[in-house]
Amino acid sequence: MKQIKKKILFGEYVSGIGLEKALSIKPEDVIKEIKDSGLRGRGGAGFPTGLKWEFAFKEESDEKYVICNADEGEPGTFKDRKLLTEQPEKVIEGLTIAGYAIGAKRGFIYLRGEYIYILKNIEKAITNLKEKNLLGENILNSNFHFDVEVRLGAGAYVCGEEFALIESMNGYRGEPRNKPPFPTQKGFRDKPTVVNNVETLCFVPYIVSKGAEWFKSFGIEGSTGTKLFSVSGDIEHPGVYELELGITLNELLEVVGAKNPKAVQVGGAAGICVAKKDFDRPISFQGLPPGGSIIVFGEHRDMLKVLKNFLEFFVEESCGQCTPCREGNYRLLEGVNMLEKGNCSYRYLRELLTLCEVMKTSSKCGLGQTSPNCFLSILENFKDEVIFR
Amino acid sequence: MVNIDICKQKEISGILVRFEKRRDSLLPILIEVNRIHGFITPIAMAEIAEFLEIPVAEVHGVVSFYHFLSTKKRGKYTVRLCKTISCEMAGKEKIEKILKKELGINFGETTSDGLFTLEYTNCIGMCDKSPAMLVNDNVYFNLTPEKVIKVIDELRKRD
Ligand SMILES: Cc1cc2nc3c(=O)[nH]c(=O)nc-3n(C[C@H](O)[C@H](O)[C@H](O)COP(=O)(O)O)c2cc1C
Ligand code: SF4
Ligand code: FES
Repeated sequence: MKQIKKKILFGEYVSGIGLEKALSIKPEDVIKEIKDSGLRGRGGAGFPTGLKWEFAFKEESDEKYVICNADEGEPGTFKDRKLLTEQPEKVIEGLTIAGYAIGAKRGFIYLRGEYIYILKNIEKAITNLKEKNLLGENILNSNFHFDVEVRLGAGAYVCGEEFALIESMNGYRGEPRNKPPFPTQKGFRDKPTVVNNVETLCFVPYIVSKGAEWFKSFGIEGSTGTKLFSVSGDIEHPGVYELELGITLNELLEVVGAKNPKAVQVGGAAGICVAKKDFDRPISFQGLPPGGSIIVFGEHRDMLKVLKNFLEFFVEESCGQCTPCREGNYRLLEGVNMLEKGNCSYRYLRELLTLCEVMKTSSKCGLGQTSPNCFLSILENFKDEVIFR
Repeated sequence: MVNIDICKQKEISGILVRFEKRRDSLLPILIEVNRIHGFITPIAMAEIAEFLEIPVAEVHGVVSFYHFLSTKKRGKYTVRLCKTISCEMAGKEKIEKILKKELGINFGETTSDGLFTLEYTNCIGMCDKSPAMLVNDNVYFNLTPEKVIKVIDELRKRD
């Protein structure tokens, strides 16, 4: 298994090398390198990072912003916590390079309120970087100025969605809005804004200093690089693992020491629940969702209880703005309660399956569009256990 | 009552001077008021609205959106136990029971001495060290009943 040997983010890192290289070339060339690397967003949606930067770069504006999305709220995800705790300098370096590339002088880190205990750590890193002239005025005598500020969230999963995040930072309710305009056109303070995940930004200094070709030697076509996986549940060593994209679920389970699990939730509550028959599928932007949350369920787990827990999560975290999501998640949870009591007819279940399709197609944001996935996949894969119990 | 509110009003103007007068200061202001006073009163909201020159209803709308912003008085310590999947699988129920027993209250309630408020929260990103909980700004993980008793005792002693 070659997948487990090579590391990027958990490998060697020298602070400032990527930034120095970036500042020695034109912003356009930084963007080109990121585009060529094939780097795609690690926050869930997988949008090509270089392309996003190019959109923002091309916007004419007196001010632009870059925002690091540190709202990490997907159940089972904790890799950003690890990066922010252990390597905040790397996150900030990535953000600074993003700022240079698109022409922003200010960056923000939107840190979920639950992670307030990491705040001091990040602020210390900001001070350190300023002392080393890797942040602030005239960075490395390049005439480029860049400052970073942390903004706190206040407990709302949906604020991790980038439109909601921007609404929240602008001082409104953190509700997703219709697109376009995209944040790269009209974001923070109505100015062009790039929002990137913590992990995405951490790859940036490496790609700039070592090159796109080097980065592409990791992973597979269309899913280049490594990925951090947050692994929890019924395993011996829960934690964050760096593995190449394209690794199969089976290989991953072997690495983390999962003994004969019956199911794995891939991609968090918003992801899908897979059974043994699918363990040989690869995790990539083309395969099983590469969000990074891996929750392992042992033989003794009641999958209906698992499903109930996910749906309770969505009912509570739906912002309530649109009906398919607000009502839909509530109905699905109700259905699960009926299944639990043994009074859900197959006919009604079919209605709920239709409802899932409606939610997927007509919800306004990713929350409502993905929340039926757990319902659909658990019902399909564990029919006997869940429906005919 | 009135006196308390006037006193609060003063304290809030003390907070407001530290912020830029622009709409995107709203959430940082609310978080700060909530942190210092434990909750946000109608008078505080009115004062913030005036400061930012926006309708009070909008301030209220924002406050009501976020789980961590409160309009009701809370205990000095808010205990938030994670109830999401990994914590549930790791034995959240035991922790739930011991918290209720030690504090003598149910979830959603505040102890009569005003020291503790007990709540649930969704995944707090500690799934590798579950079960986990937050107490104000701090995180406690790999919880066992013994550990919880110790944490509660220590917080009580601090007062
Ligand atoms: C409900 C919901 C929650 C999300 N939460 C997060 C989050 O906590 N962190 C994150 O980086 N992206 C999150 N996203 C994805 C963001 O909308 C966005 O795609 C991402 O921050 C962009 O950065 P990237 O391209 O670097 O991944 C969420 C999306 C949805 C629909
Ligand atoms: S899909 Fe759900 S979370 Fe998203 S905007 Fe609609 S109600 Fe809000
Ligand atoms: S499930 Fe409790 S911290 Fe993630």
